[in-house]
Amino acid sequence: MSPFELYAEDGWVMLTATLCCVSCGLLGCFLVLRRMSLLGDAISHAVLPGLAVAFLLSGSRAALPMLLGAMLVGILTAFLTDTLARWARVPEDASMGVVFTSLFALGVVLISYVAPQVDLDPDCVLHGQILLVPYDVRSVFGIEIPYATLVLAVVTAVNIALVAVFYKELKVVSFDPYLATTMGISATAVHYGLMAAVAGTTVASFESVGAILVVAMLIAPGATAHLLTDRLSRMLVLAAVSGAVSAVAGYLLAVYWNTEVAGMMSVVAGGQFALAAVFAPRYGYASRLAHQAALTLRIVREDMLGLLYRWHESGGRPALSARDVRSAQGHGWIPIVALWLLFRRGEARRENGDRVALTEAGLSSGRTLIRSHRLWESFLAQNLPLPPDHLHEPAMRAEHFVTPAVADRLDAEFGSDPDPHGSAIPRENST
Amino acid sequence: MEDLLRLLRLQDVNTWIVLIGTGLLGFSSGIIGSFAVLRRRALVGDAVAHAALPGICVAYLLFRDAGFPVFMLGALVSGVFGVLCVSFVRSQTRIKEDAAIGLMLSVLFGLGMVLLRRIQNDPAGSRAGLKTFIYGKAAGMTWPDVALIASAGVLVVIVVVALFREFQVLSFDREFAAALGWPVFRLDVLMMFLLCVCTVAGLPAVGVVLMAALLIIPGAAARFWTDHLGWMLILAGGFGMLSCAMGTALSANVASLPAGPTIVLVAAGVFVLSMLLAPRRGLLAEGLRRWGMRRRYAMQNLLRAMWEAGEASGDFSTRVTLGDLLQVRSWSAGALTRHLRRAAAPRWVRPEADAYRLTPAGVEEAAKTARAHRLWEAFLLEEAAIAPEYAHRYADQIEHVLPPDVLNRLEVRLRAQGRIPDPDSTDRLKGGTPA
Repeated sequence: MSPFELYAEDGWVMLTATLCCVSCGLLGCFLVLRRMSLLGDAISHAVLPGLAVAFLLSGSRAALPMLLGAMLVGILTAFLTDTLARWARVPEDASMGVVFTSLFALGVVLISYVAPQVDLDPDCVLHGQILLVPYDVRSVFGIEIPYATLVLAVVTAVNIALVAVFYKELKVVSFDPYLATTMGISATAVHYGLMAAVAGTTVASFESVGAILVVAMLIAPGATAHLLTDRLSRMLVLAAVSGAVSAVAGYLLAVYWNTEVAGMMSVVAGGQFALAAVFAPRYGYASRLAHQAALTLRIVREDMLGLLYRWHESGGRPALSARDVRSAQGHGWIPIVALWLLFRRGEARRENGDRVALTEAGLSSGRTLIRSHRLWESFLAQNLPLPPDHLHEPAMRAEHFVTPAVADRLDAEFGSDPDPHGSAIPRENST
Repeated sequence: MEDLLRLLRLQDVNTWIVLIGTGLLGFSSGIIGSFAVLRRRALVGDAVAHAALPGICVAYLLFRDAGFPVFMLGALVSGVFGVLCVSFVRSQTRIKEDAAIGLMLSVLFGLGMVLLRRIQNDPAGSRAGLKTFIYGKAAGMTWPDVALIASAGVLVVIVVVALFREFQVLSFDREFAAALGWPVFRLDVLMMFLLCVCTVAGLPAVGVVLMAALLIIPGAAARFWTDHLGWMLILAGGFGMLSCAMGTALSANVASLPAGPTIVLVAAGVFVLSMLLAPRRGLLAEGLRRWGMRRRYAMQNLLRAMWEAGEASGDFSTRVTLGDLLQVRSWSAGALTRHLRRAAAPRWVRPEADAYRLTPAGVEEAAKTARAHRLWEAFLLEEAAIAPEYAHRYADQIEHVLPPDVLNRLEVRLRAQGRIPDPDSTDRLKGGTPA
């Protein structure tokens, strides 16, 4: 059989998983932003006793009692965590750990107590039975739709509606709970509402995809989206998309390799996060390194320009050797690349083989830079009680960031001639 | 009854093995877990426990029948990898620690499931018993397992004793440790490594989720009893050992109680008891303290209100009705009557037909209270710069709290305003002739 011969059943499984991942991803954004990601983990483990008690009381695996029981215990988890941290001064993470592991243990004990009668084992809760989804169908308007798909469609719709209706409240509470309070939004109500939604979604997802995938989907898509954007609305959309991609790609890969579906989906979600962590345009590791390298190169290149300009100013004969220009900026690859850039940008040219001299363009950039430097020194000398030998260092740093407009204003207000060290401040029209 | 006897005698050798093994595990994970709790990294243990799974699977795929120790090594490697990933994500991206832990936990565990299923598709693989690592199987413990746990425990204890000072400073003030020139990063890695060792050694016995519990709960419970790190470690080790031993004994004697969860539930019981009963940080002690404080403040407020009622006339034991007092402060009539009744017991207040009077002893007491109150008030108003340093002390201990020169200065100023009970004119204090 070719691995990609897909049937309607596969479609239902993917649709179900996608619904689950999208709804978890949406809620997960708020968990990630509010630094409560682990509450998702905690709740998804802690609902076990809720399920067990609901089963004991109702005597069946009917969806509604299970959902209610789990939601109650989910909220209880959040409440207990909060209460322990506040009243008993247990650190927040430890109190969460105490609460959810104890509840989980209680759940396992309860389940093994009622086990003989139930097919509700922790194994099924952890991994889910997504491959069985298409075989339990209900007929809706004459179409046979898997039961789990129906449930998750409702859950997804509810979650989307909740996020849409309470968008403003969720946003304010996530970023600034104090502001929320002053605006008359109850941060507590929003908190427990969110927890209830997380618990409900968790339970609805359990049977089909299992706890591990729920935890992964509550955190990974939100974290990925958080790396990609600063805008909440965009983050929500990105998280939903990332969740859907994990569901579909994870399923296809799992079928291809004949392995655990839920596990593969969380691996795909983790892979997306890893990619974002490295390559995200603004917050990725590689992008940040590249940005830093570019800045370092610019600063070193400009320092070289400054050196060459000063040399030119003081007569400039004989021209500096390339080795001197480089070694003045330290070791490693950066000075080499920076000098190469100087040549490439046409700001410097080679003279007599190994010597370096500024071109017209280079002289002009160097002049701008030295002007910034000396103006900054004048500004510091006139405004701060710094001794003359403390002016150079800050000016070396500031010179790279003084825009022409700022330089002109500095010149108009503080432009003494000569600068505090007795060097002339170059003006644009003089050489 | 027979069950109880069997429980006490522990006739089964196998039960003894399990008991010793889990006890040792509880001891060492309590100790190393205490550091995790103190450093606000309680859930790192959870992440390590989950992250170990792919390592076990990879070890199996690489070395097939190499046996348990190799799997454990694999688990250790991937646990450490998980911790390093968490610390990379936390320090190098904008993602915070909680999300980093959750991510590693779920993604690595997912990877583990993927590999595990691949292994179990093969009949030989499903016989390898890798699944025990997820749920744990304390009952199946053998002497080699106990030896492994014991060596992990010995390693933990030796390192913690040898580096006690270093770990102590690292736990409470990382920057200070760095300023002392200690290799903070390496110490940190060592501490996390010990956590990984302990977690991995315990996985086959209690499973993933419950291993996290063994790391967190004993430390969190021990924290209630002491502010001293050494005692906390010993207590946490003891609590861990106790919960494991009791949990194992219980589950060995009660059918249908699985060992791992029972251990955690016993540990949770120890935690709840500690939370309630610990002498200083416990909720009961704290509640009692607050109750006593509220009572004392209520009494002081009552005496001062009655004293102030007579201040204008100078007759401090003047008649005060319930209605007068109700207007002074926002207290309910019931509460006020209760306070008055309590004030009558030491004969500070004398009830009359429809009113109350301060007795001479009461006037003396009230004057002390009023004096302390006004000094505090003046202090908070006028010495605001240094006030916050003292603000948490009890108001009636003002002499023990404030430096004498500050007190003198305040007293002189208050006396000039005529707003202080003058200790010299005792007549006035006793409520005799008005001055």
